[in-house]
Amino acid sequence: MSDIIFEERKDQIHVTGEGPFKLACNRDSLAGAVSQRACVFCGSRVVLYPIADALHLVHGPIGCAAYTWDIRGALSSGPELHRLSFSTDLQEKDVIFGGEKKLEAALTELIDRHEPKAAFVYSTCIVGIIGDDLAAVCKKVSAQKGIPVIPVQSEGFKGNKREGYLAACKAMFTLMGTGDTSDIPPISLNILGDFNLAGEIWIIREYFERMGIRVVANITGDGRVGDIAKAHGAALNVVQCSGSTMDLAKMMRETYGTPSVKVSYFGIEDMAEALYTVARFFKGLDPDMLARTQALVKEELAVLYPKLARFRQDLEGKKAAIYVGGAFKAFSLIKAFRHLGMSVVIAGSQTGTPEDYEELASICDPGTIIVDDANPLELSAFLKEKDVDIFVGGVKERPIAYKLGVGFCDHNHERKEALEGFVGMYNFALEVHRTVMSPVWRFVPRRAGKTLAAGISDLPKECSI
Amino acid sequence: MSATAVKPKTESFVSTTNACKLCKPLGATLVFKGIEGGVPYLHGSQGCATYMRRYIISHFREPMDIASSSLGEKQAIYGGGPNLKKGLLTVMDKYEAGMIGVATTCLTETIGDDVPGILKEFRKEFSDLDMAPVVNVATPSFSGTHMEGFTAAVRAVVDQLATGHAATKAVNCFPGFVSCEDIRHLKDVFDGFGLSATILPDYSETLDGPAVDEYEKITSGGTPVADIKAMGGAPASFEFGATLSDPGEAATAGGLLQSRFGVALHRLGLPIGLRQSDEFFKSLEAVSCMPTPRRHALERGRLLDAFVDGHKYVSQKRCVIYGEEDLIVGLTSFMAEIGVVPVLVAGGGKSGRLEKAVHAACEGLVPEMPEVADGVDFYDIADRARELAPDFFLGHSKGYRLARELSIPLIRVGFPIHDRFGGQRVRHLCYLGAQELLDRVVNAMIEKKQTDSDIGYGYI
Ligand code: SF4
Ligand code: SF4
Repeated sequence: MSDIIFEERKDQIHVTGEGPFKLACNRDSLAGAVSQRACVFCGSRVVLYPIADALHLVHGPIGCAAYTWDIRGALSSGPELHRLSFSTDLQEKDVIFGGEKKLEAALTELIDRHEPKAAFVYSTCIVGIIGDDLAAVCKKVSAQKGIPVIPVQSEGFKGNKREGYLAACKAMFTLMGTGDTSDIPPISLNILGDFNLAGEIWIIREYFERMGIRVVANITGDGRVGDIAKAHGAALNVVQCSGSTMDLAKMMRETYGTPSVKVSYFGIEDMAEALYTVARFFKGLDPDMLARTQALVKEELAVLYPKLARFRQDLEGKKAAIYVGGAFKAFSLIKAFRHLGMSVVIAGSQTGTPEDYEELASICDPGTIIVDDANPLELSAFLKEKDVDIFVGGVKERPIAYKLGVGFCDHNHERKEALEGFVGMYNFALEVHRTVMSPVWRFVPRRAGKTLAAGISDLPKECSI
Repeated sequence: MSATAVKPKTESFVSTTNACKLCKPLGATLVFKGIEGGVPYLHGSQGCATYMRRYIISHFREPMDIASSSLGEKQAIYGGGPNLKKGLLTVMDKYEAGMIGVATTCLTETIGDDVPGILKEFRKEFSDLDMAPVVNVATPSFSGTHMEGFTAAVRAVVDQLATGHAATKAVNCFPGFVSCEDIRHLKDVFDGFGLSATILPDYSETLDGPAVDEYEKITSGGTPVADIKAMGGAPASFEFGATLSDPGEAATAGGLLQSRFGVALHRLGLPIGLRQSDEFFKSLEAVSCMPTPRRHALERGRLLDAFVDGHKYVSQKRCVIYGEEDLIVGLTSFMAEIGVVPVLVAGGGKSGRLEKAVHAACEGLVPEMPEVADGVDFYDIADRARELAPDFFLGHSKGYRLARELSIPLIRVGFPIHDRFGGQRVRHLCYLGAQELLDRVVNAMIEKKQTDSDIGYGYI
């Protein structure tokens, strides 16, 4: 495998148990090494785009908007403005003379046409270079149209996805504090860091509602501008640890004193712990909540466990590899695989921090490969070396797994199966079982060897006819 | 254009909603992927490469590695030259590329990186290395679509690699952006005429490869670089595209080979449908001095038979056709032949040649010329389609929402097909392609009739 690793990237890969843990991360991607990473714009787009009653206008040439048109599920229970792809489609003359006029006209036109509750305007690389004053245009249109028009400073080259998260949080924060909070009860919370990719926020909201809690704002899956504007009235921020909305929680704490807790909705322990954490928080206001929550968890697990046991029979001892956007998801996945009797032998992410990786290394079995910002060459070499049975990643990772005759589970923005909550754990197990146990792997060349003689020397020496 | 045509983009109509085009470098990366040992390389920031990979993978379901200079803020200000060189070395080191194709992005075009200059320096600096050829093409997306990027990259490859040193027997074929299945079929067709053909690009294997033993850094297949070098000595070139600019050194690969090396150029529309396929087969007969092989003659005969058998199901059905300009001209021509009435033919590109080509394709076959709209997005298309009330759509998968809204069938062709399986294996070209498309159109109409029926038809 070593011949596949780029000299410059050696310190971004670590095998647990082999020497003290040290991993370089948060670096620019190596030029020429096909990184799986996207850009700042991508980061802000994933976070903001699920806000369904806002207009999302990409200021730039057409590609940046075209490639992100409805590529992520992000379901809405109402308006679906977010599923359209708006762009200023900058042309040569705009690049030379500046695109501000076009941006203003496009905004005006689209706001009149769709009457959104707010508009987000994303800057792309080229806008950063030609220097359009996004803020000024947004301010002007906002005054004319009477809705918030918010610039998102997301020039792609200014870092990786993480910077995009921050830009998105800053943009949302400008909305906050403007809504009426008088009807919000004291037992209330905001859901941060979930994008309702496969209707998952509906699952989580239902749990909270069964516990007796009012959910004020979904940030941002199935999100609404009006809810975000009054989110500062909620008693608690429950932040899913994807890192994407952590900055927003921080800003809200500093300005409005809103406390926050970190959770994950993936896997059994993490999901239960998320609910317990919230119940403990409201203990003073509702002494019975914890008991109700325990009953809820018990009820769910009574349904789930027997089903998992059946999968486990088949999956015991199989090996998994994980390569996801943020490192937090990897923690939950490792635990989830353990419930299925499986071990994780490769764990990596596009944008983990040093703390993430340290934690990751500490929960992994010895010999696990930990990797930051990988590329297809490395990933394929790792998959082969560890001879895994399943790879968990996104669309760009899928063909790597399939080419090597390895099962695959889409755990990224494009997934269509709800993987959160207790029912999500079941769906996950079902998907893992379906792919790992499929008979097709028996026939792929890497497992079956060559079976046809076409072009191969193992033809019989003498032919019978 | 007729009086009720789609509103053209005027000063007061500036935004784009749901584009019917993609950006220029995407087209170029596909071309580079269709060359043996080719590694597509985007000179720009990381996001563009990743987005395009994701987009292309969703259609082909194959690995699509695109290297990037991964420019950051500093390079965006001081120039991307050092990163470009570094990136090329990285690719050469790990990928053992047979050719690297460098396309620029909007960013590097705007900051004004002189890529040919940087490459010259690079070649000098590392003249001791055994270097793969590096081809470059300028692809600023603020002036053009992915199809223009595609055509420009094909031309750039030929311009920078082809020589006229020795005469070869192989003919050249520049098919344009067709499916993997189409390329495979073209090879068969040339084969049948006893012609060996250099098809550029040929991603029929690299983007629709077999299951493999070992993960290949670079998928096998693709047009061999040596064959591209020999293109200047070919007896003839076939170049498909009804909206390509007039042949000439400056415009297309075929034009360039003709003017630089005197290679005879057969410029044809994409061989979609009966008449365009006939044109193609006629020129194949002329070039090969051989009659059309019996199997293709039979394919043609069966197609005609199916025209007759199926005509009542499709006759006077109204359809909206959208997508890449050359493709939609071909599809329009085919639909007109079978009695379907194309009511709107719409593309995101702006070649300025679409309307003329569509009219030529429909001449004498339709009751009324279709509306033709170029430079439009799906907002425009939706606007018109709601009024025109078509019976079906013919286009890529991005028309899904609209088809759903109007509850009419969408017959998926071209690129991208993101919501169905096997997009890379859809055959569009020649008699067989026409046969398969015809079957799909007829069956879609039958299925619609069954679904809409209260009584449920069995025999139809
Ligand atoms: S910046 Fe240009 S090249 Fe990059 S994705 Fe956007 S349109 Fe395409
Ligand atoms: S141009 Fe910039 S913002 Fe757009 S996709 Fe490329 S890197 Fe991202």
